[in-house]
Amino acid sequence: MVREPAVLDDLDRRIVNALQGGFPLVDEPYREVAESLGISESELLGRLDRLLSARVLTRFGPMFQIERIGGKFVLAAMAVPEADFEKVADIVNALPEVAHNYRREHAFNMWFVLATERPDGIAAAVAAIEAATGLRVYPFPKEREYFVEMKLHA
Amino acid sequence: MHDATDRALIVATQGGLPRVPRPYDDIAGGLGIPAAEVKARLERMLALGVIRRIGAVPNHYALGYTANGMSVWDVDDEHCDALGVEIGKLDFVTHCYRRPRHLPDWPYNLFAMVHGRSREECAAHLETIRTVLGERCRASDVLYSTAILKKTGLRIAE
Repeated sequence: MVREPAVLDDLDRRIVNALQGGFPLVDEPYREVAESLGISESELLGRLDRLLSARVLTRFGPMFQIERIGGKFVLAAMAVPEADFEKVADIVNALPEVAHNYRREHAFNMWFVLATERPDGIAAAVAAIEAATGLRVYPFPKEREYFVEMKLHA
Repeated sequence: MHDATDRALIVATQGGLPRVPRPYDDIAGGLGIPAAEVKARLERMLALGVIRRIGAVPNHYALGYTANGMSVWDVDDEHCDALGVEIGKLDFVTHCYRRPRHLPDWPYNLFAMVHGRSREECAAHLETIRTVLGERCRASDVLYSTAILKKTGLRIAE
């Protein structure tokens, strides 16, 4: 995935900022957002498609907090030998329960979030990853959430 | 509370909203319910916090935030909640949690994600956090991300 700053013009930035929250629940929501930006609906849709296909945006839609309906999110880490890193990443990423996964600079070099519809799905996913990789998974379930705000100014 | 139609609506939208002029009509057609019901159910899930927000999820790097560090701190358990709330108020922190230690490998219990346009900018942010924590912090580290290996978000089974 792109790890370089993308070339964005002023309108792209205004679109990214405008679309980070509060998308309207009306019949023609794109038209409403486009009007607030002073552009046409088709231009907004075209730009949004481009931002998604260029991976400037990774998704556009509802962000679900599945824990409110009995699900579970758990951060977990592994210390993966460098030589096996790609192979292990492929195994971990193949699980649908893995919502995201980052490589980080540390002995614990792989950090991923498991998201499951039921709490017992976490232990099952951890066991599946440990069995498939032969590596220990360290779960870091949140004990308190102090702040979450995923918006970033473009 | 949460019924089979809500679940079907989650499955239908977890990958994203359709990019067509009338997206809720599109979803409604797939589920066989009226568009008004799609909007009402999404509204209700927002109100209940089942949906945090409806919008775009940016790739930090593409927006110029090339330094993304998970800062981790070993703070006194009895002070962790008060400190976590303080750290969460800093405008460069996007997530802040208390998590378990894994001794002896991992002594840290307070996690704060910081983002900057360079590591120097992040380092300044970390100094700000260090100042807030003061002597109540025994040790810390920062783990910068060097690759996004996956970023799909939640995917429950159809």
